[in-house]
Amino acid sequence: MGKHSEYKDWEDKELASSLNRFPERKERFNNHGGEEIARLAVPDQIDEEYIEKIGFPGRFPYTRGVQPTMYRGRLWTMRQYAGFSTASESNLRYRYLLDQGTTGLSIAFDLPTQIGYDSDHPMAEGEVGKVGVAIDSLADMELLFDQIPLDKVSTSMTINAPAAVLLAMYVAVAEKQGVESSKLKGTIQNDILKEYVARGTYIFPPKPSLRLITDIFRWCTDHSPAFNTISISGYHIREAGSTAVQEVAFTLANGITYVQAALDAGLELDNFARRLSFFFNASSDLLEEVAKFRAARRLWARIMKGRFNAMKPASLMLRFHTQTAGYTLTAQQIDNNIVRVALQALSAVLGGTQSLHTNSRDEALSLPTEDSVRTALRTQQVIAHESGVASSVDPLAGSYFIEELTDRIEAEASELIAKIDKAGGVVAAIEEGFIQRQIENSAYEYQQEIEKGERIVVGVNEFKIDEESKPPLLRVDPEVENSQIHGLKELREKRNNKNVEEALANLSACARNTSNLMPEILAAVKTYATLGEICQVLRNEFGEYRG
Amino acid sequence: MPEQKTYRVLIGKPGLDGHDRGAKFLARALRDAGFEVVYTGIRRTPEEIAAAAVQEDVSAVGLSSLSGAHLRLFPAVVEALKNSGAGDIPVLGGGVIPDEDIGLLKDAGINEVFTPGTPVEQIIAAFRSACETQEARRT
Repeated sequence: MGKHSEYKDWEDKELASSLNRFPERKERFNNHGGEEIARLAVPDQIDEEYIEKIGFPGRFPYTRGVQPTMYRGRLWTMRQYAGFSTASESNLRYRYLLDQGTTGLSIAFDLPTQIGYDSDHPMAEGEVGKVGVAIDSLADMELLFDQIPLDKVSTSMTINAPAAVLLAMYVAVAEKQGVESSKLKGTIQNDILKEYVARGTYIFPPKPSLRLITDIFRWCTDHSPAFNTISISGYHIREAGSTAVQEVAFTLANGITYVQAALDAGLELDNFARRLSFFFNASSDLLEEVAKFRAARRLWARIMKGRFNAMKPASLMLRFHTQTAGYTLTAQQIDNNIVRVALQALSAVLGGTQSLHTNSRDEALSLPTEDSVRTALRTQQVIAHESGVASSVDPLAGSYFIEELTDRIEAEASELIAKIDKAGGVVAAIEEGFIQRQIENSAYEYQQEIEKGERIVVGVNEFKIDEESKPPLLRVDPEVENSQIHGLKELREKRNNKNVEEALANLSACARNTSNLMPEILAAVKTYATLGEICQVLRNEFGEYRG
Repeated sequence: MPEQKTYRVLIGKPGLDGHDRGAKFLARALRDAGFEVVYTGIRRTPEEIAAAAVQEDVSAVGLSSLSGAHLRLFPAVVEALKNSGAGDIPVLGGGVIPDEDIGLLKDAGINEVFTPGTPVEQIIAAFRSACETQEARRT
C-alpha cells in the first residue's frame, strides 16, 4: 500500500520547505549500531481520524508539534531564568550562563520592579534585589546588558504590569548598542490576567491593563516584529495549585481574551497572532504532562481557526516555553529535586516545548547557587544529547494511553472554557472569583492528600532521613537595597529633570486619550525617568487594582 | 474530652510576595480545625496587618513570605503590633526561610517559624498553643 495522500502532501510541502530552510542538525540520526532513527513514525493505516486529531508536525491541528522536524532541526532554547541583587551582579551571572551554553537569557526582576516601585519606595522595603534584579531606570538596564550583544541573544523578561516600561528600556539599550528595534528577539511576559488569579504582581485594573497590552502588540508589529509580545502563562496558575486541565483552560481562556482585546482595538489578527507565545508548567505526572502539551497545542489551533477564523499557520501555532514545577521541589533531601526536574524536563521535551527552564535543586530553600544552576542546565543537555528523545518527532504519538489522555484534557479544558464564556468571559470570571476558587480548591485537595499520606512525596512524608548537613545557600546582601537607593538619589541629581517632567507630562496626557502609550513611555525612559515615576503617572491616570 | 474553644487568628502576607498558595491552604486548614480565620490577602504593609489584627481582635497572627524579605518584614509586624498596643499578640511565621534565619526571627519576637514540608497538624497545634497562652495571659 502506498503512502496516504495527506502524508505525501505534508512531505512535499511543510517538510520539504522546512528542510530547505533549516537543514537538520545531522545528515543521519543513528542509534548505537548505525541504524537510522525514524524522523516521524506514523501508523500503517492513516485514516481520517488520525488526520483530524493527530496529523503531522507543522500542520493543523499541530498535535505533533509546531515544526515539521522539531528538535532534529534545532534543539529547544535552553533558557535559565535568573537575576538577583544589582544589575552588575546579574550581568555577571548572565555572562556565566552564556559561557556555559545557555542559548537565551531570561531576566528575573525583583518584586518592586515588577510592581512598579522604585527601590526607595516604602513598599519596596526588604524586597530589593531579592527574587530578581532591581531595575530603577535605564541606567540599571545599561549595566544589566553590558557586553551582551542584543542583536545576538534572545531575551525573555518576566515582567507584566510594567512590561511596556521594561520593553522600552530594552529598546533604548539596544539603540545605544547600535541595534535597531527590528533586530530584537525575545519575549515579555506581559500577561496581566493571570496576575489577578495567581501571581499577584498587578498594578492597574483590567481595562487599562489590556490597553497597555494591545498598545505593545501594535507597537511591536510596527517596530519589533520578531519580538514575542506576550507569554500567556499557565505556569503560575499551576504553581498556585490548579490541575493540568485547569492550567490549559485558564491559560487559553486568557489567550482568547487578549486576542479579542486586540481585535477590538482594531489590530489585524494575522499581524499580531503570530507573536503570541505561551508558557506552561512541567509537573511531576510525566504522561499527563506530555498529553497536556499536545492537547493545549491542538485546542489553541482549533480555537484560533474556529472562533477567530485565523488563516495563517503562524497564527494557529501554540509555541511555548516550559519551566519545571517549582511547587514540587522539596526542602528535604534536596538532591532528589534533580531527579524530579529531569523527569519534568523530559515531559516538556516529549511534549514539544520551544524553550525550557529547569529548576535548581536548592530552590525550595533560596535562590539557586551557581553550582546548582549548572546541574539544572546539564540536565537539559543530557536530555538533548544523550537520551535520544530529540531524534524523532513526537515519539509518544499513537500510544493508546497518551492519545486518550490528550483527547480527555482537550475536552475537559474546552468545557471549562465554555463555562468561562458563559460567565461573561475571563474578566467577569475573575471579578466574580470563579477562577480563583477553582484553583484554591484544587490546591487544597492536593495538599490534603499529602498531609494524609495519600500522595507520597519522597523525603517529605515517606522515605525520610535525619539531615545534618545543610547545603550552601545563595544570599542577597541586604546592602543591595542601600546601594540601589543611593544610585537613585545620584541619578535624580544628575539627569536633566526638566526633560523628565516634560516627558512625564506628555505620558500623562497620552494616558488620558487613546493614542499608543509606547512612544511616550520610550521617550520618558530615555530621559532617565525612573520606573516608579512612570508607573506613578499611570497609577494616577488608571487607578490601582486591589486584590 | 473538653470542648475546644474557638480562637480567632489572622493570616497575613506582608510585603510584595504574591505566593499565597501556602497561606490560603493554612487559612482553610485552620478553619477546618475549628479556628476563625481572617486572611488579609497579598501585598499588605506590616501596619495594615497589625491594624487588622487589632480590629479583628485575634489571638494570634501568622505571616507568610516566600520572597526572602522575612528578616525585614516579620519583625516589622511585631513592631507594628507593639505600636498599636497589641504587642501581646503572638506572631508565627512560615515560608522559604533558611535555617540560620530562624534564630534571628525568634530573637525578634516571632514565636515559631515553619519551613517547607512541615506537616500542617504541627502548625495547627502551634497556633492552638499560642492562642491558649495568649488567652491565659489576658485573663
